[in-house]
Amino acid sequence: MTGRPADEEKGMGIKMIEIIEKKKGNTVTNKMRLEFAALSNNESFARMAVAAFITPLNPTLEEMSDVKTAISEAVTNAVLHGYENRNSLEDRICMECMLRGDVLEVEIADRGIGIEDVRLAMEPLYTSKPDQDRSGMGFAFMEAFMDNLEVESEMGCGTLVRMCKKIGISSWIDSEE
Amino acid sequence: MEEFKVIDNYLMIRLPDEIDHHKSVDISTKADRYIMNKKVGNVVFDFERTTFMDSSGIGIILGRYKKIACFGGKVYAINADNRIRRILLLSGLQNIVEIISN
Repeated sequence: MTGRPADEEKGMGIKMIEIIEKKKGNTVTNKMRLEFAALSNNESFARMAVAAFITPLNPTLEEMSDVKTAISEAVTNAVLHGYENRNSLEDRICMECMLRGDVLEVEIADRGIGIEDVRLAMEPLYTSKPDQDRSGMGFAFMEAFMDNLEVESEMGCGTLVRMCKKIGISSWIDSEE
Repeated sequence: MEEFKVIDNYLMIRLPDEIDHHKSVDISTKADRYIMNKKVGNVVFDFERTTFMDSSGIGIILGRYKKIACFGGKVYAINADNRIRRILLLSGLQNIVEIISN
């Protein structure tokens, strides 16, 4: 007897959440997943694939180059540090992209050596390879060019970089009005 | 492809369309060969054709700077568009590289 109204209420609640999330643009509207060998010439492939993926959102030239730079940094890190620049076909990088309305979410994962101290690695100008021509700006660029950056890593298991960015200047103006 | 040219005491490097880690290794080794063999004092990076650059580009510039700065050499960046300029400024490179606007 008492169960029915409560169930209906619950159903309503879920519906409301769905409506609110749709309004916030939280529903996934597109998805893609790529797995490629950890070769340095795949850095350009990865950033071009993401650039093509976000093209329907009408990004500005600046947004496009921001995203491409951030992807390039993350993939370079995986190739150069995660897999120690082995350039082996056996090493794989997995990239997953998701669109929630006009927000791009990217996850780049490797099964490389991992990062001992993520906080230190994310410091601008810090590099674990000072003898090579590395600027130590990789994570700083990802942070600067994307809206959000999260890094998870475990020694010997690999690293996961998660970034997101809102695309389209016009949508910013809309949301402010 | 990148191009190199020595004019007087200056090594001019015309950078490729896209500069990433994959391409940077090649550019750096070639540039170092010119710096060593031709005994150039200064390096000029020409970004005229460059549409994309990530932090590897910063690495190239910093590396060459370290090689020539101890002999009083200077590093210049020319024809950098707004996006390239932003990356240079974000890395604080304006302190060691003279960015020449046209």
